[in-house]
Amino acid sequence: MAVIRDIHTHRSLVRSGTASCETITRGFLDSIREHESLNAFRALFPEESLGRARAIDAKRSTAGALAGVVLATKDNICRKGKPTGCCSKILEGYVSPYDATVVRRLEEADAVLVGTTNMDEFAMGSSTENSAYGTTRHPLDAQRVPGGSSGGSAAAVAAGLVTAALGSDTGGSIRQPASFCGVVGLKPTYGRVSRYGLVAFASSLDQIGPLTRTVRDAAEILQVIAGHDPSDATSSREAVPAYVDALTRDVKGLRVGLPKEYFTTALDKGIADAIMSRVEFLRARGAVVRDVSLPHAEYSVATYYVISTAEASSNLARFDGARYGRRSDGTTLAEMYTRSRSEGFGNEVKRRIMLGTYVLSAGYYDAYYRKAQKMRRLIVNDFENAFREVDCILTPTTPTTAFAVGEKAGDPLTMYLSDVFTVSANLAGIPGLSIPCGKDAKGLPIGLQILGKRFDESTILRTGDFLESV
Amino acid sequence: MTAPSGFEAVIGLEVHAQLRTASKAFCGCSTRFGDEPNTNVCPVCLGLPGALPVLNRGVVESAVRMGLAVGSSIAPTSIFARKNYFYPDLPKGYQISQYDEPICRGGTVEIDLDGGARRQVRLTRIHMEEDAGKSIHDAGDGTLVDVNRSGVPLIEIVSEPDVRSPREAALYVQKIRQIVTYLGICDGNMEEGSLRCDANVSVRPAGTAALGTKTEVKNMNSFRNVERAIEFELNRQIALLRSGGTVLQETLLWDAESNTAHPMRSKEEADDYRYFPEPDLVPVTAAEAWVAQLRSELPEHPTLRRDRFEKTYGLPRYDADVLTAERGTADYFESVVRELGALGADSAKAASNWVMTDVLRVVGERRIDIAEFSVPPSSLAGMIRLIGNGTISGKIAKEVFSAMLETGERPERIIDERGLLQLSDETAIGKVVDDVIARNPGPLATYRSGNAQLLGFFVGEVMKQTKGKANPQVVNALLKQRLT
Repeated sequence: MAVIRDIHTHRSLVRSGTASCETITRGFLDSIREHESLNAFRALFPEESLGRARAIDAKRSTAGALAGVVLATKDNICRKGKPTGCCSKILEGYVSPYDATVVRRLEEADAVLVGTTNMDEFAMGSSTENSAYGTTRHPLDAQRVPGGSSGGSAAAVAAGLVTAALGSDTGGSIRQPASFCGVVGLKPTYGRVSRYGLVAFASSLDQIGPLTRTVRDAAEILQVIAGHDPSDATSSREAVPAYVDALTRDVKGLRVGLPKEYFTTALDKGIADAIMSRVEFLRARGAVVRDVSLPHAEYSVATYYVISTAEASSNLARFDGARYGRRSDGTTLAEMYTRSRSEGFGNEVKRRIMLGTYVLSAGYYDAYYRKAQKMRRLIVNDFENAFREVDCILTPTTPTTAFAVGEKAGDPLTMYLSDVFTVSANLAGIPGLSIPCGKDAKGLPIGLQILGKRFDESTILRTGDFLESV
Repeated sequence: MTAPSGFEAVIGLEVHAQLRTASKAFCGCSTRFGDEPNTNVCPVCLGLPGALPVLNRGVVESAVRMGLAVGSSIAPTSIFARKNYFYPDLPKGYQISQYDEPICRGGTVEIDLDGGARRQVRLTRIHMEEDAGKSIHDAGDGTLVDVNRSGVPLIEIVSEPDVRSPREAALYVQKIRQIVTYLGICDGNMEEGSLRCDANVSVRPAGTAALGTKTEVKNMNSFRNVERAIEFELNRQIALLRSGGTVLQETLLWDAESNTAHPMRSKEEADDYRYFPEPDLVPVTAAEAWVAQLRSELPEHPTLRRDRFEKTYGLPRYDADVLTAERGTADYFESVVRELGALGADSAKAASNWVMTDVLRVVGERRIDIAEFSVPPSSLAGMIRLIGNGTISGKIAKEVFSAMLETGERPERIIDERGLLQLSDETAIGKVVDDVIARNPGPLATYRSGNAQLLGFFVGEVMKQTKGKANPQVVNALLKQRLT
């Protein structure tokens, strides 16, 4: 069994030789095997991981910033020589010939990447029920979902099977499962972390980020993966600050906003109370709390589903059976395409491809895609206006806590509404952090979301770290 | 126009020019033509999951230079868009192109009609895009795909429907080829597909303004095919309309073997390309100062250069056209004239004759670029100077030229080594003249009886005896004097 420790501790133990990276890795591998029933993992690389761990042990005091850290990556992040399948049948047998930039950076920092985690197919979903390889189970209640689409990563961290995991967040896919599973999840600013090697769902919204047990660990991982990448034209050249140094636990004078559109009578009372209790901590330590307005918040889910499906319909065109992945037979080219895609994609993916194809079609583009782009601009403006008055914004991460397996699977619209508090950050390109915020009456974790200005992860990490400490 | 009277042709052209950048538009792979299939590839141009495009700025530079050369306005900000369609040689399932915000708008291309008149063809736009791979259908079982070409940068030059005949269309494409090769942004090779042309063709009753239904003709891989294919399509449309039929909006593929165009697909059932802004790339900026710098570095426009050759060197239009058809030829010619120095303007026509006939013949025979031609302009100029001052005759010069070609040596040295110096000494030539007259009493009698044409015979004989080295003027004068 693995001992649960933070990144800082692991690093110190390995560098001082007090613990070996190999032993730590073995411990996590054992835990993973003991928790197979969670179905959190897609693939494990035990031998290679132990080999890497031994090489890191040999470095001792010169080992990197993530020495002793055992990590998992979501199945949509490319790893050289390893299956990268987005938990889709259409990528059956596909092995990536290259590493994603984040993978390279993590390995250069001496993290051990033990395996890949389960997810909703192509990151489309909020429960991990859309995986072609079965649903991941909630670590606290096997009858419940862990959230999604990074459900495998969230469950693995929550169950202590890894120290941290990478997820991807297009509309809440890191923060929502983090909230459901009671862990920390960070979606960085769009452009903060390279997307090179992340299999695209919606290119203008996707961002890779960490799921961890503590805010400090999230800061440690972000430190390693953030920064400009010449291979990603949308990655920013903005300087990367020292995130851990920002965790001062000082919130005096911090201006905190509460969007009045989110805190209505419709909000679940247990969730509202949990959030407000944290707000009181902030106020008590000198933060200035005020209401802010995000007038276009009610359009965010609709806007999100137009833009994300439009981009997805194009991004997923390359999965056609012609060059890699699954190919079904056909007597004509069109038949081969149709069969490969019909048999290779799951229902939710097909639904979104159809939606996205529709909103980009001649005659509908103006009514849907163009209008959604305009609304996206208004949502960006909402946040810009709000951030003139406050340094960060607090909201619930999700409208409910973890729901039961199958509860929403047949009702995509209700499922889409799980994203109501998270999608705006992707549309606006701003960073969002979800931290555990107590439990509801059923004992299920509640998540608190902290939104920040573009490239100001430091403030939301500082706020989250403070709330975690009280 | 060549179509039967009563109808007017309305033709718009889309020319794709493959850019000569060393690497592809969105990755570092080589653009080299003719390499082993699927060797110049990487995750980006293979469209592998997770790979992202990064723009090669050389592509923007080429597009801007083309725009400046034809007077387009350059957009300070333009954006890439995705053109979505499925085909095995299109690895991502979309082509990165530009749609409603292209890099260049407007501009004109001037063509010279055969009668000497000039005509302005307006441009709609010029945009940047990536090429697809190549499907190989005739390789036994199934279809093979070579992805080497995938991601090679192109510019698409779209004209307004200003072209009025197949001949004009061919002249237009030739002019585009001339401009892109002058700029050095495309090698202009139509056979290898570096320059490709599609035509939108329609007809309307002469004198009317409304446009008829157009068809698109593709796959015309030479200037001649452009002309023939459009001719074919115009005749087809006119015949159709005359017999009471209607033209269907469709895409036709030209088949040069059978001299016909076959429908490829009808537009009604054609793909809806679902263009939308490419989210993996940021907007393309073309800063004013940078554009101004590119403008200042543009080479002289071929049409202006042609006009200047006529004016400055007093060359006939024909010479000026041939010499400026390719930038390399014009550069070579001007180097020769420059080497001739003060003699330059006077002997420009002599230089033109040598370049147009002897130099271009050899360049053509050897299938080389004039830049690789073995006789440097200074040598050719040196030879022309030696003809001018009587050191060698025009006839000997041909021999000197061949020798320069083979050895690469200076003309003076060749003349020296091979004893080709022109014989101008009257006493020496006089001896030969007397000898020739003495040995040919028959022709002499005929000449003296009034057949002056026989002078040529005696000149030839003297030249033969002197191995062509005798100064022809001296020979002529002496013969005339001594034959009478």
